[in-house]
Amino acid sequence: MTQYLMSVWHENDDEVYASEEEMQQAFADTGRFNDELQAEGHWVFAGGLHPPSTATVVDGTGADVVMTDGPFSEAKEQIGGFWVVEAPDLDAALALAARGSKACRGRVEVRPFQGE
Amino acid sequence: MTPTVEEVHRAEFGRVVAALAGRFGDLDLAEECTQEAFVEAVRRWPEEGTPPNPGGWLTVVARNKALDRLRRESTRQARHEEAHVLHDASHDTPGPPSSVVDDRLRLLFTCCHPALAPEARVALTLRLLGGLTVPEVARAFLVEERTMAQRITRAKRKIAAARIPYRVPSDAELPDRLPAVLAVVYLVFTEGHLPGDGAEEVRADLTGEAIRLGRLLRTLMPDEPEVAGLLALMLLTEARRAARFDGGRLVPLAEQDRSLWDAALVAEGHALVRECLRRNRPGHHQLVAAVNAVHTDAATAADTDWRQVVALYDRMLVATPTPVVTLNRAVAVAEVDGPAAGLALVDDLPGLDGYHPFHATRADLLRRLGRRDEALAAYDRALGLATNPGERAFLTARRTEVVDGP
Repeated sequence: MTQYLMSVWHENDDEVYASEEEMQQAFADTGRFNDELQAEGHWVFAGGLHPPSTATVVDGTGADVVMTDGPFSEAKEQIGGFWVVEAPDLDAALALAARGSKACRGRVEVRPFQGE
Repeated sequence: MTPTVEEVHRAEFGRVVAALAGRFGDLDLAEECTQEAFVEAVRRWPEEGTPPNPGGWLTVVARNKALDRLRRESTRQARHEEAHVLHDASHDTPGPPSSVVDDRLRLLFTCCHPALAPEARVALTLRLLGGLTVPEVARAFLVEERTMAQRITRAKRKIAAARIPYRVPSDAELPDRLPAVLAVVYLVFTEGHLPGDGAEEVRADLTGEAIRLGRLLRTLMPDEPEVAGLLALMLLTEARRAARFDGGRLVPLAEQDRSLWDAALVAEGHALVRECLRRNRPGHHQLVAAVNAVHTDAATAADTDWRQVVALYDRMLVATPTPVVTLNRAVAVAEVDGPAAGLALVDDLPGLDGYHPFHATRADLLRRLGRRDEALAAYDRALGLATNPGERAFLTARRTEVVDGP
């Protein structure tokens, strides 16, 4: 079994959902997908994040610790939430990501965790 | 005649890598130990003679090298898996196990996994299954050797880290996965058939390699009509190779000396097309192969059954409604209904301005219609985009004919 990070990415200035109803539906679908992950034994952890504007960057690599407001990068796309799942191989993880993407209405990046 | 190490290399490299990858689940280990086994063959065979079963010899030598490595690496922490591997190795026998064929198919599907970038799929397939060296793969795709080495290394690292599975997809997954494999093989073929690097008219090493992979797929998946279609398409195209160039200049199909066509390849291709017709599960490669079968069936260019060609393109358009298919269909329509009818179809096509065959086709139709100035402009556009030296020589000669015109 390998653990994979399935992160959901949105374009910065995108309205993620077309309407209030669609947002509610996406939340409901994502909740159901989370239940399925648990029932099927893939679930490790998951969470949604507040918008990038709520982020603070901390840099402790120099002599002084420096704090900066805002997301780490000005990248066009920002992470909005994630799952950590367990799957036997990439094909299985990609199949989970396809279901997750459909449920949350967002594109999903799948990335393996380093072992041990 | 016993085969040389080089001959065995082409035939057996992929087989040995696949067998080791299946055994140890580690592509790097499989590739490196296969490489080392060939180095040993180069050293020993000239003196000791080529063994009766070269592939078996190489597999055993490569496998032992892999086991040695694993033993050395596991002296500190003996892992359960390796104990299992070592245990298995106690009864080493060289005979080719029945799973060897499946190993190569598994390797091909792993190399062509959709999670890998398309250019990495082609590179990995040529390196691991085709046995081309990294410099050879780099040259095939006009990439610096270092860049190609990194591309291959990155892809192998992703396969290992992300656990891209080493297996043939299930029947249910196959329709989604097979096209990527066929696309890789066809890409290798077209790169050899009409190289765009400006140096050579044709790269027989690449067309040969693609046909070898096509034959392998055909052996491994005899019931897939698109596999048969792709092989037929490649064979019927390759059959015309000797007639396609004259003094470094491309000769269009209609003007080729048909006695130079390879009759054996034509016959093999036709048999595959007939088999596809019997199966009656048409697909894109099969339809392109059928078009090629119509052409290679005609004793002279004038005997070509163009109506049949148009009908085949009609079917292709239903499945693959792309501007390129429409363009090719228009060429056939021009033969049935005249160049004006063909041109009417071509002129409306969107999105092909950067595609030199679009301008070359227009140029030819305009030339036949006697519209000189427009034809010259189209030849200039085509020549501005075409890079193959044989094709450029042909277009330049045609353009001169129009300038000198009657």
